[in-house]
Amino acid sequence: MNHLLTTQDLDRDHLTMLLDTADGMVSLLERDIAKAPTLRGKTVATMFFEPSTRTKLSFDKAAKALSADVMSFTASSSSLTKGESLKDTVLTVQALGVDLMVVRHGATGAPWRVAEWVDVPVVNAGDGAHQHPTQALLDSLTLRQHFGTLDGVKIGIVGDIRHSRVARSNVFAFATLGADVTLIAPPTLLPVANSEWPVHTTSELDDALTGLDAVYLLRVQSERGGASVFPSLGEYRARFGLTAERFKRLKPDAVVLHPGPMIRGVEIDAVVADDPRSLVLEQVTNGVAARMAVLYHLLGGEADV
Amino acid sequence: MSKTVFRNGTVVTANGPVTADVEVAEGVIVAIGEAIGSGGDDVREVDCEGLWVGPGFVDIHTHLREPGHEYKEDTESASRVAAAGGYTSVVAMPNTDPVIDSGHLVRYTIERGREVGLVEVASAGCVTAGRAGEKLAHLDDLWAAGVRMFTDDGDVVADAGLLRRAMDYLAQLGGVVAQHAIDPGLARAGHMHEGAVASGLGMYAIPSAAETVVVARDIELVRLTGCNYHVQHISAAPTVELVAAAKREGLPVTAEVTPHHLAFTDGDVRATDPAFKMMPPLRTEADRAALVAGLQSGVIDVVATDHAPHADHEKDVPFEHAPNGVIGLEWAAAVVNDRVGLDPVRFFEAMSVKPAAIARIAGQGRWLGVAEPANITVFDPQGITDVRDTRSKSRNAPYFGRSYTGAVRYTMYAGAMTYEESGVLV
Repeated sequence: MNHLLTTQDLDRDHLTMLLDTADGMVSLLERDIAKAPTLRGKTVATMFFEPSTRTKLSFDKAAKALSADVMSFTASSSSLTKGESLKDTVLTVQALGVDLMVVRHGATGAPWRVAEWVDVPVVNAGDGAHQHPTQALLDSLTLRQHFGTLDGVKIGIVGDIRHSRVARSNVFAFATLGADVTLIAPPTLLPVANSEWPVHTTSELDDALTGLDAVYLLRVQSERGGASVFPSLGEYRARFGLTAERFKRLKPDAVVLHPGPMIRGVEIDAVVADDPRSLVLEQVTNGVAARMAVLYHLLGGEADV
Repeated sequence: MSKTVFRNGTVVTANGPVTADVEVAEGVIVAIGEAIGSGGDDVREVDCEGLWVGPGFVDIHTHLREPGHEYKEDTESASRVAAAGGYTSVVAMPNTDPVIDSGHLVRYTIERGREVGLVEVASAGCVTAGRAGEKLAHLDDLWAAGVRMFTDDGDVVADAGLLRRAMDYLAQLGGVVAQHAIDPGLARAGHMHEGAVASGLGMYAIPSAAETVVVARDIELVRLTGCNYHVQHISAAPTVELVAAAKREGLPVTAEVTPHHLAFTDGDVRATDPAFKMMPPLRTEADRAALVAGLQSGVIDVVATDHAPHADHEKDVPFEHAPNGVIGLEWAAAVVNDRVGLDPVRFFEAMSVKPAAIARIAGQGRWLGVAEPANITVFDPQGITDVRDTRSKSRNAPYFGRSYTGAVRYTMYAGAMTYEESGVLV
């Protein structure tokens, strides 16, 4: 594994290996001293050309838990605002001496371009509405912890799928791991011409709801034009929100996931978000473990964890 | 008096192809026939056995980038590229800085072409002042300076009322409106063709309808005004149908297709390499096949390159941040020969005769014949063009590392050799 850019080219064995490693990282994080010396002397650069809080913090924590040094970069504080190109920026950071770059960028494919330019492994921490592979790993980890396997698990992904890198990453990871995935959204938020995707699609949440083992809610992304592609937030909530009423109609053992940040009162009611069957905080914790697994494999960590 | 004789080629004349020699003296074809013009030390003999000898190519869609963007290309570099591609004339697009929306800028553009002297540079002019889409450019002034093709290329003339006024005006003069047919609302924020590939990439995309709604609307305006209308860089199968229907109706509607739309599809965008980013975007294989068929049948009249240089640093960015456009003058003929496979008559019609007719460039695009100006391209339909380097100042092209069947062997402009296979430029 040279880079982690997309879930689309990860086969089942590869995904399973990463999840197995992540399971070990979960155990490590539960120790009193939740830190291993595995990546001591390595430097991880987290380069966020698009704002992020939780993903950046999660990568920072993952790198530090493996004793790597972390250099952080955010677009607002960088030379980019002075007109420096992306290429010059990443070459500059490489010249400072880094062993791995974590890249988030608003433009589709940007981490691939970076991977062409630099000689170190690149982890895609989200590119445009394209891919966010570590999110898919942490979500797969969370579901596998809960159900023991993803084989045959019926997962409904609800919301702004068209503009979601989380959906694009999860669809392929979930399907590769054997899950049965349904995309549920208004027509303007479903991807155009998605016949190549291993999914079912519907715009009727109420019909799909009772058959699901897991409901994966996406945030309504107003910054990606979400607000202009359906009539109103109220109308969205009425048809696609996981309200308290809809939550009651789920299977008794069904669970709810959300990549955050949640917009309570739109895609999810507060009582649902705070219910024990909501795995949102488990997802966050697992995010650190999943990213530790990725850093571990990409940086060739060999010491026992 | 020095002469050139092209020996034994397939010579494309007004009466069709003949195997013959072509003798040139003082910038004019003086004889076409068998075993002519022999003898004399001052005769340049060019062996054209197995080669096509026809009128020099004419590109009605070239971005010279001068004035204003000389770091991308200029008249001199573009002229060398054009000559190497078999071109003896190019029409400069007016989206320069400043834009070509009045006569003195046209005269400057043409004069720069003459100074370089490798191809005849004609100039298009803007439809609207400042290319701003708000009011008409100085159409009379542009016409007087020699403009025959009017376009806001790079942007559509979106306002139907404004376009109608331009068409009323130009219908009287006899000019042609060349439309960059992309509806701004449907194309909003889009970077590639709307379809399965864009969906997988999560990229904002441009449906084929962005092109068809503009062309369908504009054809109505042709019915209303009678103005000559030309569809630039046609990209979608349904647009080919619209143009075919307009032609059946007898409307003065023409269309061009670029080499890259004949060669590539949106599948090539999967790796998000900005070398595949252009406007309109590469569409599906079905669209590409319709463009090939349209060029073969003549529904699509001509090949035009949309040669659009951009500097490395402008394309060394993520796909969505890259400017639109690719270069292509140098390899257009090879790509067309390879991907479409036209007979020599249709080939020179699409590459030379019809482009010159659409853009009204006198002395260009003339079937070879005695007393015609010696603008001649010798093309080897079996030759191989390996795309490794370019004479352009820019390298933004999807062709590098690829090989095409067909090669330009010689280009002669106004009786002087401007390109030979060996790469020597006069």
